Amino acid sequence: MNPTPSTFSAYGGETGRQWYDLFSRGARDWLRHNDKIREAVKAKLPEVISNAEVMGSGDRTVQIPVRIMEHFRFRLRQNAKQQGAGQGDAKPGDKMGQKKRGQSEGGKEAGGEGDGGYEFAVELKVDDIIDWLWEELKLPNLEAKSGGVKDDEYVREGWDRRGARSRLDRRRSMKEAIKRRAVNSKGPAFIDEDLRFRQLARRQQPATQAVVFFAMDVSSSMQVRDRQLAKTFFFWVMQGLRRQYQQIDTVFVAHTVKAWEFEESEFFQVRGSGGTVASTAFDVVSQAIQDRYDPSQYNIYLFYASDGENFRDDHDKAEGLLRSLGAQSSFMGYIETPSSEDRALTTETAKIFSAVTESGAPSDSYALTSNDSIWKAIRGFFQEQLAGEAA
Amino acid sequence: MTSTLEDRLVKLEVLGRDQGLDYYPVTFEEVPDSFMMEIAVYGLPVRMPHWSFGVRYIYQLIQHRMGHSRLFEVVFPGNPGQAYLAKNNSVQENTLVTAHVLGHADFSKNNELFRRSQKQLGYKIVELAASHARRIAMAIEEHGEAKVERVLDAALALESHIDVFKGVRRGSPNASDDAKSATSKDPFKARFQDLPGEGDDAGNPGSMNDESSATAAAERDLLWFLAQSAPEMEPWERDIFLAVREESFYFYPVFACQIMNEGWASYWHARLLREADFIPQSDYLDAIKTHSDVVRPHAADKQASLNVNPYHLGFSMWEKIIEEQGLEKAFEIRAQDDDFSFIRNYLTEDLAEELKLFRYEADKDGTVTILDTDINELRDQILAPKYHFGSPTVLAQHVDTDGTLHLVHEHETDGRGLDLGRSEKVLEYVQRVWRRPVKLETVDATGTPRTVDCPAS
Repeated sequence: MNPTPSTFSAYGGETGRQWYDLFSRGARDWLRHNDKIREAVKAKLPEVISNAEVMGSGDRTVQIPVRIMEHFRFRLRQNAKQQGAGQGDAKPGDKMGQKKRGQSEGGKEAGGEGDGGYEFAVELKVDDIIDWLWEELKLPNLEAKSGGVKDDEYVREGWDRRGARSRLDRRRSMKEAIKRRAVNSKGPAFIDEDLRFRQLARRQQPATQAVVFFAMDVSSSMQVRDRQLAKTFFFWVMQGLRRQYQQIDTVFVAHTVKAWEFEESEFFQVRGSGGTVASTAFDVVSQAIQDRYDPSQYNIYLFYASDGENFRDDHDKAEGLLRSLGAQSSFMGYIETPSSEDRALTTETAKIFSAVTESGAPSDSYALTSNDSIWKAIRGFFQEQLAGEAA
Repeated sequence: MTSTLEDRLVKLEVLGRDQGLDYYPVTFEEVPDSFMMEIAVYGLPVRMPHWSFGVRYIYQLIQHRMGHSRLFEVVFPGNPGQAYLAKNNSVQENTLVTAHVLGHADFSKNNELFRRSQKQLGYKIVELAASHARRIAMAIEEHGEAKVERVLDAALALESHIDVFKGVRRGSPNASDDAKSATSKDPFKARFQDLPGEGDDAGNPGSMNDESSATAAAERDLLWFLAQSAPEMEPWERDIFLAVREESFYFYPVFACQIMNEGWASYWHARLLREADFIPQSDYLDAIKTHSDVVRPHAADKQASLNVNPYHLGFSMWEKIIEEQGLEKAFEIRAQDDDFSFIRNYLTEDLAEELKLFRYEADKDGTVTILDTDINELRDQILAPKYHFGSPTVLAQHVDTDGTLHLVHEHETDGRGLDLGRSEKVLEYVQRVWRRPVKLETVDATGTPRTVDCPAS
């Protein structure tokens, strides 16, 4: 009996496409691997991000170098000396070049689980990171405040038979035509009476614009580390507020014994010398509010970073200005970067803020001593905002 | 072009069968390179999804891009066998590959290890793996990716921890209870039990929870043990474990006969091509060039290689055997041996010298010193990575009353302890499906006993 012959089928080409032409399992599982990497990165996001590299990047993505993951198996411990079998021209006692350790010991291992794993970079969108952080830190999503501040805004409301061509609602118009022809099937496909136009109405909406003042003491006592901490805090607060308001203006004020407004790009580079008079900064802020940011139009936020040193003579003036700012602001935050942890929030400036807070102004103080404490402070800030919203 | 190949296949088959090749028909299929690569990565044309395959895939892709690897053929045993050829290969290359595949098909039909695994798994491994993949896809739909992945993390990490001697089909470890209770009812079993040597424990691996037999019955087949004994494993999770296990039983002969099998296929492609007068001379030369690219001891620009190419080693050994002992003897060896006996019996001192095999030692800094060319040492060295499916010997020893699983590493057999960091991670995988604490005993670098402990999470 003749054995059954083998069969041969040629590649189908364009016409005989198979599933494997359209789908790659390898790619699917590689993407799953990348998802796992993202999850892993996500899990320790605060650490990853506190390197603060995020802020500089203008393109709003960050690259984080990661290693390709290993699926672990039981393996023998590697000996200090690794033995193997080879082939070729060599005599016992010969020394030869380099063998990369961790190469699979013979056999045709797929090479997938070698030790010398490749590194690659995962690119993360800053927006994604922020979303994750909000989840991770369980930060609340704030609603735009509906205080006294109102804006005029046009909103869509209802339909009419007349209107501008650009506001024609085709779906509605079609419905009308169908209804009409259901009653009288002889009519033409469309007549003018079928047309429906979207209408706009002017409504008062809660204001969704805000201005954030970032003020910082740049006197010689503020170290690089202090600025970094303040900058990180400012950055995340800003990201959070961005989720809340459609439009946000930022104003940067640096001060020593005098105060100036700066561009963002210069703000964190500014170095001053000499002492600290906080009231000068508050004065500049008040002035800006008066000139440009009408409290009836803007939600106003003020954040002030300092190491806490302030001229004693300035106490009353600073406190007075802060109280009046407090009356106009949605929130005032004081960020202290003390030289040591036990001195935190016992300084001259801290006393001014705590007095203002006690008087009922929407404000609070945060001590930043390490990258970790930033997250505590940010969470504190947003939870207070949420509480304020509920009240 | 394809008609040429089809013609040649018909003629090569006639030639091969005339020379004594005996195989189930093979379904040849041309596929794109990308798919070839995936088959190589997954080991099977359709297989369960897992991120670790993605990692292998990317490494393979990198190697491929760098030109380090080229895949000529993938073949799966069965009735019919299934072979994939890369469509981008030239006709000359694929002629050689076709002959090569016939060699594999003969090997897998006749070799004892292959025969046994195929008898146990049915002759359709490709379909079996595809149905596993489908079931797992359904499990993902029902239970979610994360849960399924958790099971696969553990099962695939233990992939090579099976007991090939006990086979695929085994009862449950608690079968002894059933057997005992059944005894009274079933007169045949009762009489069977009375036979000399058929005591209570014979024929079953012993209950793991039974303290007295615990040490005697340490279990090698971890996949089976976990699937049967995990205290709180869901039925669908067991299913996944057993699916992975079945595939491992398929992979074992491929792994344990690699040198023989690749050598045999290479021998036959060379022989068939040499004798195929229907192939034009120029095509033959091209094909032979491909042959010497695959079956070579080391890269052409190197004097020596720190690996032994299994194709070359196997090929040379078969040539020697057939030259000295004849084809009949060779057919016998391909039926009865695996790489262990093959290397021990037929890698002779003369051949090792001819092939210039040597043993070396690499320092931490990468300096390589050539040690010796002693034949016994060489055989051990070549076989060392192949013992126990290429994995350390880790056994399930016993389960405490609180459900704690005790694993033990046979460090004396393996010669040294486990990599502790990796072991810890594997225990984490295992613990997530075992759901009770898991402990593992091994030794550290100084030989001091160490227990790796993974408490219940």
